[in-house]
Amino acid sequence: MKREFKIIADLLPKNSRVLDVGCGDGTLMEFLSKEKKIDVRGLEIEEEKVKICISKGLSVIEGNAETELDQFPDKSFDYVVLSQTLQAFYNPENVLSHLLRIGKASIVSIPNFGYWKVRTNLLLFGKMPITKSLPYNWYNTPNLHMCSIKDFFHFCINKKIKLEKILGINKSKISKINLSNLEYKNLFSEVGIFLIS
Amino acid sequence: MPSLAGLFFYMNYKTENIKRINVSKPLKLDCGQTIQNFPLAYETYGELNKSKDNAILVFHALTGDQFVSEINPITKKEGWWVSAVGPGKAIDTNKYFVICANVIGGCMGSWGPKEIDKNTNEPYGLNFPVITIRDIVKAQETLLDHLGIEKLLCATGGSMGGMQSLQFCATFPNRAYSAIPIACSSSHSAQNIALNELARQAIMADPIWDKGRYLKKNIQPKNGLAVARMVGHISYLSEKGMQEKFGRKLQEKADFEFSFNADFQVESYLRHQGYTFVERFDANSILYITRAMDYFDLSKQFKGGLVEAFKSQKTKFLVISFSSDWLYTTKENKDIVIALNASGGDVSFAEIKTDKGHDSFLVNEPEFLKTIKGFIDSMHTKFKNEKRI
Repeated sequence: MKREFKIIADLLPKNSRVLDVGCGDGTLMEFLSKEKKIDVRGLEIEEEKVKICISKGLSVIEGNAETELDQFPDKSFDYVVLSQTLQAFYNPENVLSHLLRIGKASIVSIPNFGYWKVRTNLLLFGKMPITKSLPYNWYNTPNLHMCSIKDFFHFCINKKIKLEKILGINKSKISKINLSNLEYKNLFSEVGIFLIS
Repeated sequence: MPSLAGLFFYMNYKTENIKRINVSKPLKLDCGQTIQNFPLAYETYGELNKSKDNAILVFHALTGDQFVSEINPITKKEGWWVSAVGPGKAIDTNKYFVICANVIGGCMGSWGPKEIDKNTNEPYGLNFPVITIRDIVKAQETLLDHLGIEKLLCATGGSMGGMQSLQFCATFPNRAYSAIPIACSSSHSAQNIALNELARQAIMADPIWDKGRYLKKNIQPKNGLAVARMVGHISYLSEKGMQEKFGRKLQEKADFEFSFNADFQVESYLRHQGYTFVERFDANSILYITRAMDYFDLSKQFKGGLVEAFKSQKTKFLVISFSSDWLYTTKENKDIVIALNASGGDVSFAEIKTDKGHDSFLVNEPEFLKTIKGFIDSMHTKFKNEKRI
């Protein structure tokens, strides 16, 4: 399982109700259900992955998070998880407002466009960055709205979204992020994980 | 066209091939009438295990019957869901105990309009009461008591069978651990009511029908019934599927005959479907069952609508739709999912991409079969574990 999933799992309390938006083949869902007795549901756009989830006994709805989140009632989950997908939506702001409406809190992870490798790619070589967490070329990337940890941090503040916890992860470590170390962590974190409400 | 002798052979079938129970418990129908001591015909496949955690109740569609798998002992043709149910199939009868009952209002041994009314000693015909999907489901619940099954592993069916599975879960919450409503809807749409009305009008326009009294004369309004069946068959296919299967191909001829015989393959197909159907189905049953479908609106039964219908549910649902089904569209199936979500229910949903239209659930559609197999097997594991605790 991806390291990021373990970190997300650690943020979620046992026996809570969780919606995993863009749950893929249900790896995180399975872990949450088995290890933490979490009542977890998923939403996934790819039919093939939905079938994998169903055969694992996971409750997953085939659908598009961009247009179909309105089917979930207000505060029907304790947490809504969105792992590295926010940047792929046409309207991430709208998706985010749904996540915060559906869940009492939300965990959103983003590939950090402020990571030093990304910056050097563009700065030194003048080319769109290709890294481990951003593996696509400019012409085939599903990522429409890239942002950095710093961008998302300020976005939350502007939108009066409460930042409960921010974690930055790179190859070697996980670190807490706050206003005082934001510049530094924005440079050295490959992925940012935000617990917001 | 079938011979009349053939027709009588099927319609007056030998009842020793049919398992039946007598339902003695009074059943109050939605129309207000109370019935009791009526027959309910059923069939089972596989064995009920000791812990009784492997029972699957299958609900049949409009023109189906209780003979889901193997060879139908009455028609001598394969069971209607042989693609999905049988040894080693998606619903594996080596593992699971599959039950299916003929709906009341039907014509394969359950209480229906062609049965003899004890008061008049004649077939009911139009004296049979108008029944609903809820009546149909309530009658079938008695079968579970008879078989000693407290909780089903799964309640499933396609089309009208899907409606019954929804109704069953709403009326008997927690009597099924899981449910798979397939290609159905929580309320019949205007288009579906219109198509059913077309089928009914075709039957009633046949002079043989004679306000439903044809059975007394031991004949069938087969022209009307065949047309009713043709309407159905058009609606079960997708436009693309039909074009690919038939196109403008001619039926065993090089050129047009300049007549009204079946020049085109699609005409020949419809005529064949229509006229083989009359050998096994009662015209009045079509009237009654299509009426039950039209009256179906689960949201109407509960104050607060569909969300309320699923409120007290612990059943785990898998809703399945087919991309090319224009009779029960993905949108209608998704509305069920939305209501289940809104009521805090446990629901999965998959849309199978296929050109085979509404009929997809009856034919060999690998992606569909893989999905139901995955769901049922995983539900069985979970159900067993929960029973153990």
